[in-house]
Amino acid sequence: MLVSLNWLKQYVDIHGFTAEELAEKITRSGIEVDAVIDRSQGMTNVVVGYVVSKEKHPDADKLNVCQVEVGEGDVRQIICGAPNVDAGQKVIVALPGARLPGGIKIKKAKMRGQESNGMICSLQELGVEGRVVPKAYADGIYVLPEDAVPGSDALELVGLRDTVLELGLTPNRSDALSMLGVAYEVAAILSREVKLPEVKYETTYEKAEDVLNLRVEAKENPLYAAKVVKNVKIAQSPLWLQHYLMAAGVRPHNNVIDITNYILMEYGQPLHAFDYDALKTKEIVVRLAHEGEKIVTLDDQERNLKAHNLVITNGIEPVAIAGVMGGANSEVTENTTTVVIESAYFEGLSVRRTSKEIGLRSDASARFEKGVDPNRVIPAAERAAQLLAELAGGEVLEGTVLVDELDKTPARVVVSPDFINARLGMKISLEDMLSILNRLQFDVEAANGLLIIDAPTRRQDIKIEEDIVEEIARLYGYDEIPMTLPEGNDQVGGLTPYQAKRRVARNFLEGAGLYQAVTYSLTSEELSQKYALKAEETTKLLMPMSEERSTLRQSLVPHLLESASYNVARNAESVALYEIGSVFLGKTAEDLPYEEEHVAVVVTGKWVDNAWLGEKVNADFFIVKGILEGLFEKLGLQNRISYAKSTVDGLHPGQTADIFLDGEKVGIIGGLHPVERKNLDLKDTFIAELNLKAILTATGEELVYTPVPRFPAMTRDIALELDRAVPAGEIIDIIRKAGTKLLKGVNVFDVYEGEKMAPGKKSVAFSLTYFDPERTLTDEEVVNAHEKVLKALVETGAEVR
Amino acid sequence: MEQQLKQLEQEALAKIEAASNLKELNDVRVAYLGKKGPITDLLKGMGKLSPEERPKMGALVNTVRENVTNQLEARITILEEQAIQEQLEKESIDVTLPGRKIRTGNRHPLTRVIEEIEDLFLSMGYEIAEGPEVEKDYYNFEALNLPKGHPARDMQDTFYITEETLLRTHTSPVQARTMEAKKGEPIRIICPGKVFRRDNDDATHSHQFMQIEGLVIGENIRMSDLKGTLDALAKRMFGEEREIRLRPSFFPFTEPSVEVDVSCHKCGGTGCNVCKQTGWIEILGAGMVHPNVLEMAGYDSKKLSGFAFGIGAERIAMLKYGVDDIRHFYTNDIRFLSQFHRTEE
Repeated sequence: MLVSLNWLKQYVDIHGFTAEELAEKITRSGIEVDAVIDRSQGMTNVVVGYVVSKEKHPDADKLNVCQVEVGEGDVRQIICGAPNVDAGQKVIVALPGARLPGGIKIKKAKMRGQESNGMICSLQELGVEGRVVPKAYADGIYVLPEDAVPGSDALELVGLRDTVLELGLTPNRSDALSMLGVAYEVAAILSREVKLPEVKYETTYEKAEDVLNLRVEAKENPLYAAKVVKNVKIAQSPLWLQHYLMAAGVRPHNNVIDITNYILMEYGQPLHAFDYDALKTKEIVVRLAHEGEKIVTLDDQERNLKAHNLVITNGIEPVAIAGVMGGANSEVTENTTTVVIESAYFEGLSVRRTSKEIGLRSDASARFEKGVDPNRVIPAAERAAQLLAELAGGEVLEGTVLVDELDKTPARVVVSPDFINARLGMKISLEDMLSILNRLQFDVEAANGLLIIDAPTRRQDIKIEEDIVEEIARLYGYDEIPMTLPEGNDQVGGLTPYQAKRRVARNFLEGAGLYQAVTYSLTSEELSQKYALKAEETTKLLMPMSEERSTLRQSLVPHLLESASYNVARNAESVALYEIGSVFLGKTAEDLPYEEEHVAVVVTGKWVDNAWLGEKVNADFFIVKGILEGLFEKLGLQNRISYAKSTVDGLHPGQTADIFLDGEKVGIIGGLHPVERKNLDLKDTFIAELNLKAILTATGEELVYTPVPRFPAMTRDIALELDRAVPAGEIIDIIRKAGTKLLKGVNVFDVYEGEKMAPGKKSVAFSLTYFDPERTLTDEEVVNAHEKVLKALVETGAEVR
Repeated sequence: MEQQLKQLEQEALAKIEAASNLKELNDVRVAYLGKKGPITDLLKGMGKLSPEERPKMGALVNTVRENVTNQLEARITILEEQAIQEQLEKESIDVTLPGRKIRTGNRHPLTRVIEEIEDLFLSMGYEIAEGPEVEKDYYNFEALNLPKGHPARDMQDTFYITEETLLRTHTSPVQARTMEAKKGEPIRIICPGKVFRRDNDDATHSHQFMQIEGLVIGENIRMSDLKGTLDALAKRMFGEEREIRLRPSFFPFTEPSVEVDVSCHKCGGTGCNVCKQTGWIEILGAGMVHPNVLEMAGYDSKKLSGFAFGIGAERIAMLKYGVDDIRHFYTNDIRFLSQFHRTEE
């Protein structure tokens, strides 16, 4: 909402405050002023000029040489290129030295050899938005009325000596979608009076109801008022009205249309003007549309209607879509003489639905949607009749054609001052409360310790006690509210075990050298299941903005790889990222996808790079595996985790494993497939993804101290020749099983596959640790235990070297 | 004999002096003081001397022996010190060379902001509640006093999955779910999480972002409690000198509703380009829980009241760290992420 202060002054006295002060007060007490716009934009030396003569420029087809009087006896030559400039016009002249919006400075100049002492201006050149400039002047200079005095201030004359407040209205404050509504608000803030327009006009003996029949056949339209005005002379509106409209961001058209728009802005009540003769039937019938019924609206678009769209008809066919837009068939034209003014109350939900479906949102529909003031519908019609008489020479027929079943009683709210103070944590006196409610012009009575309030119907947002709490508080001043902390709490608070462990996991992964990444949950359908631990039914958006963000992900890996690729493309030598986030799988009973928190890791490039020390390690599988093992150990799960070679689309078939917790699959780890690496322009890259939820909800082993060993351990080494395909993990399992309780640790310390081995064979060396916490082991005991291990290994076909 | 002894002493001392390492010194020791050395020989020959000469010579031999031993030991000490000096020199390094890098990563700046806020509220006895990112229309809108067709739904452009399910547009549905689960019991929670709006991604808009919601419900929860709580939050995030101010606003799920400004941390409130010359920066929306919201979740709005607030983590991070483009949070450029490694004042 754009509020011209010149216009606002018609209803409320704002003297004593600068525009900025006023804006600050309005903002602090309820309605945010987004901008304070000085319409003169610091312009100077812009005056009225009289075009004494116009001649064609001798050397330029499109230019005219004008002699312009810019003050008594002060005639200057000005070159003008506007197509509509002519002798005898009063125009706007920017004199040399003038500054115009956009940093333009006017100087004396020669144009194709002819001297020019200034510029004849269009409204756009004075900073008026092109879309609100009247069509007649849209492509040329603006022409002033004949009585304008040359040399006088032109800005005053075109209404640019004005300041506009741009209000950022929240949906509840639809009352401020009108100048009167803003006036009430400002009056309440400043403790001043509201001056309503005086509505008075004469009528003919002819009665409106004799020339117009009205029927309302839909409950969505509880109030319909029509005025009939004859002998209207279609013309330009007076300048003041045009300037108010332009300041409000509305383009002037002709007096009838302008009057409806003026009242829309003044009262917040949308009006519509029909050409009475074009209606043809002398009848208005409001009803729901027939399915598939058509209407051509004012913007020359044919609209298909549905059975729930409310329409105004002439009894035969639609002439307007109620509250949204008029029809071309009944439009007011320059030949119109008799006008029907519609002022109605249409249900907000109905208008909202229709305007959304049709894709037409107008100043009118916006106001109906939020609910217009029931008590301003008929006065707005009266105001229209008055202005049509005053400004368009119309003769108003007596009476209002009316169907009125609208409940116009104000909302009653009963609230106790104690409740208000309790909610606010304040001690505002009853007198102060009453004073505020009076300033708001709320009807209030204090009785039996209660405030009985009838809120005016323009304030449709006032319905319950809490609304009164807000009204009191905002006008008393939010700065006055003290600062306290909530009392009485028997909740201890704190992280849940899951949340605490998640923080541990984050700390661990970061300590291990990974940066935390955050990527988007929405991805393309193609990527949504890639690398997924388990692919299930996907969740797709009904109306995605792009295919790239159309489906919820089932793995964190694709976006992490994109991030890695992004970094590598920017010359990052080492990328190590992790992300914790949800994946979206199938459906729960609630008809929502099952959201499972996962953690994923990607490592590419150099892992260790201490070049001057000659130390370089590139990313590899075992770095990622080592990080996971560390995490499992941190969570006390290391003895319940196992790995098994597997294949995953997009991963290297020889470097991929599934990860199991107590035999349940909880993750994958692997090297990126060479083809994928090529696609993403990555070198050796390794990823892992774990079902974090499963990992963090698995209860780890209880942390109980075991005595620090007092007796020495003994180690024995074994080197085995194995088939290349035999996993070391299996051998470790065999060793563990065969070792007696004296065997406390098995460690791989060498793996060799080379020319010294037979083809298809490898050598793996293990170091076994034996000890007994109670005593020092004898050689014999260790030999016995070790023999059992060796025997078990031989039985499986391993060759002990 | 006496002369012979003196000569031996001279010889020994000269050799000690000349020895350049411990081995040579040892040779000298063995040669002169050893069991087969000349001094021992001389002592053996003492029997041939007269009883008067014997003690005299004995004393003399001992003196010589002592003298040679002392010199020998002094020389050993010097040579040992020399050896250590040599070792030290050989082992000395260029201490200005860079250290062996310890590889570490760090939290994402959004997590950093969220955890800081979490920690503040944990210290005030709050719990952290979490909820699904795909929500039912009911929890995201209806339970928050936003029935279907409500004009305020336009304030948030929504990604729908079906007519009834959607990507949550705020973390407020966690409030609704928590209230439903707590069945009329008092509540103190904050709810961080991802939210989604139909926006084209640019420097100031992101279709996915992070919000942190706070909710307190109990007996006699007042607007002053909201103000005090948010004041503590502003001070924690932006510094002890910060002040807050409330401005009236509108959210369907709170009444009264407020926007909260914090005094500018850059200029202290005098006006600069961060606060657009106003001295204040809008940081969050808040209000007293709307009675409809309480009642819908089964709370008696006459007995209990509450406050709620919602903060954008990106906004806080952008203000706090001067980040100029919201997309930085989602491109995961290491040059960006690694800046949030260190502690801050």
